[in-house]
Amino acid sequence: MHKDTSYEAVMNRRGEIMKKSVGIDYTNFELWGVAFDYEQMMRKTGYSLEEVQKIQHSTGVGNTPLLELKNLTALARKFAPKGKGARIFIKDEAANPSGSYKARRASTSVYHAKKKGYKGVIAATSGNYGAAVASQAAIHGLETIVIQECYDSRGIGQPEIVEKARKCEAYGAEVVQLTVGPELFYTFLTTLEETGYFNASLYTPFGIAGVETLGYEIAMDFREREGKDPDAVICTNAGGGNLTGTARGLMKAGAEDTRIIGASVDLSGLHMASDKEFNRKSFTTGHTGFGMPYATWPDRTDVPRSAARPLRYMDEYYLVSQGEVFYMTEALAQIEGLERGPAGNTSLAVAFSLAQEMDQDQTIVVQETEYTGAGKHLQPQLSFARENGIEIFRGNPQEEIPGKNIILPSHPELIKVRPVDLKKMKASYVKNTVKKNDVKKLSTDEKAFIQEEVRLEASKLEEILKGLGVEA
Amino acid sequence: MKKGNWVRIYDVVLKSSERSPNLPEDTKNVPLEMWNKGFLLEDGIVGEQVKIQTLTDRIVEGKLLEENPTYTHSFGKFVPEILPIGRQLKEILRGGAEDA
Repeated sequence: MHKDTSYEAVMNRRGEIMKKSVGIDYTNFELWGVAFDYEQMMRKTGYSLEEVQKIQHSTGVGNTPLLELKNLTALARKFAPKGKGARIFIKDEAANPSGSYKARRASTSVYHAKKKGYKGVIAATSGNYGAAVASQAAIHGLETIVIQECYDSRGIGQPEIVEKARKCEAYGAEVVQLTVGPELFYTFLTTLEETGYFNASLYTPFGIAGVETLGYEIAMDFREREGKDPDAVICTNAGGGNLTGTARGLMKAGAEDTRIIGASVDLSGLHMASDKEFNRKSFTTGHTGFGMPYATWPDRTDVPRSAARPLRYMDEYYLVSQGEVFYMTEALAQIEGLERGPAGNTSLAVAFSLAQEMDQDQTIVVQETEYTGAGKHLQPQLSFARENGIEIFRGNPQEEIPGKNIILPSHPELIKVRPVDLKKMKASYVKNTVKKNDVKKLSTDEKAFIQEEVRLEASKLEEILKGLGVEA
Repeated sequence: MKKGNWVRIYDVVLKSSERSPNLPEDTKNVPLEMWNKGFLLEDGIVGEQVKIQTLTDRIVEGKLLEENPTYTHSFGKFVPEILPIGRQLKEILRGGAEDA
């Protein structure tokens, strides 16, 4: 019997398709009203840190080098007040089999799919994650389909995304390329239904458990080298899984006092589902178009409950411009001898600026790098931007207007991060929870859940709820 | 093109009228399009509706575009604005003039 494959019919079957393709019954973790048991979900469906380490060790994932960036630290100190200028370190995640930290995230999902007898895995991603899934699936002998948003309606694709498609195909994956639009999810669902493959979602407990080793390794390596925990760890933030997993790993290592800092490229003003604006942005991930909506409404992902919940862990959040990140990418190559991809250097730009505010005996770890090459490098990405009408010039990056220009700092002193008001983001999370669930009244348990989600004092939460007309 | 050749195809997944209601106008006005690659299942000519067998052995239909599709992405045209960055940083680290 043929199933109805109309958009509406498929979307109506999404719950059923998802349940079959991830093998998790999320209703087991639902509590009263808006609440669910996050920790229980992570425990019951994820893998322990020790198991994840074993899985990753057997496929060459993890244990990447932690490098001290002495020249960048020296540079930061040139512009810092006396006694300031924290030491900057970087976790060279490009050393993973697929060239990015996403190998960690894919390793557990693909291992699980193999264990459960799935013949293949499917990932909806334009980026490093597709390559990571394909690489892991190649090791485990599974098939891979990667579905990516690649082109605008003129059929023009970002060089970075095109390169990622090539990399997926290099590992033997089938790559389905689509034009701009959130209905990618529809193609994703029909392909899952057709093949019966495993949904290697970025947002299951498997994926997040896979990232925990990254935070854990940072704490352990750092203690061995420096005899203490790092003062701050900076994570590039998009869907929130990188930050969530890293923070959880640091906590599992007992690094309770390390500040967890999020970093995103500022693409405010650009609509992520816009066909015309698609090729006017030079970053396809690690930007505010994901960072803001996913933090303030984590369950907008492809699974009923996302395991990536960054507001639970984020202590601070900073934005940088595209020009600043490209500049730092060039700096990393020119004075540290590390040629790496731009998107992963978002947190590096934040580190360079924040180091100047921190004491010299303090330390910052930038928790990832990613591979680079044709298409995925500042040279082709800037060249592509210029061809698409974006002005590129040297000047003050604070004046950059996303979608209009990219301003490469004329001097490194001009690199200055902009803090995001986390209180506002937390309030926005509460508002989303209230609106999307049509909440009129909240129980004590539900309030306790929201407090855990956003780490707000009870009185602050009451105040926000009152403002939204919710009986509390 | 001969049966068995490696080709690229094109298809419209959703017509403009079938698209999700919550889209910006510019996206809603165009169809959701798809490209895929596979082995051609019957001889065909460019522009014809054909069936392919993909790398995961799925049978997918679409309009035949080209055979032996290749990658054309590169390092793009040279962007001279990148050039001064390294020289400037080395100059600063040597303790020289801090103005570019």
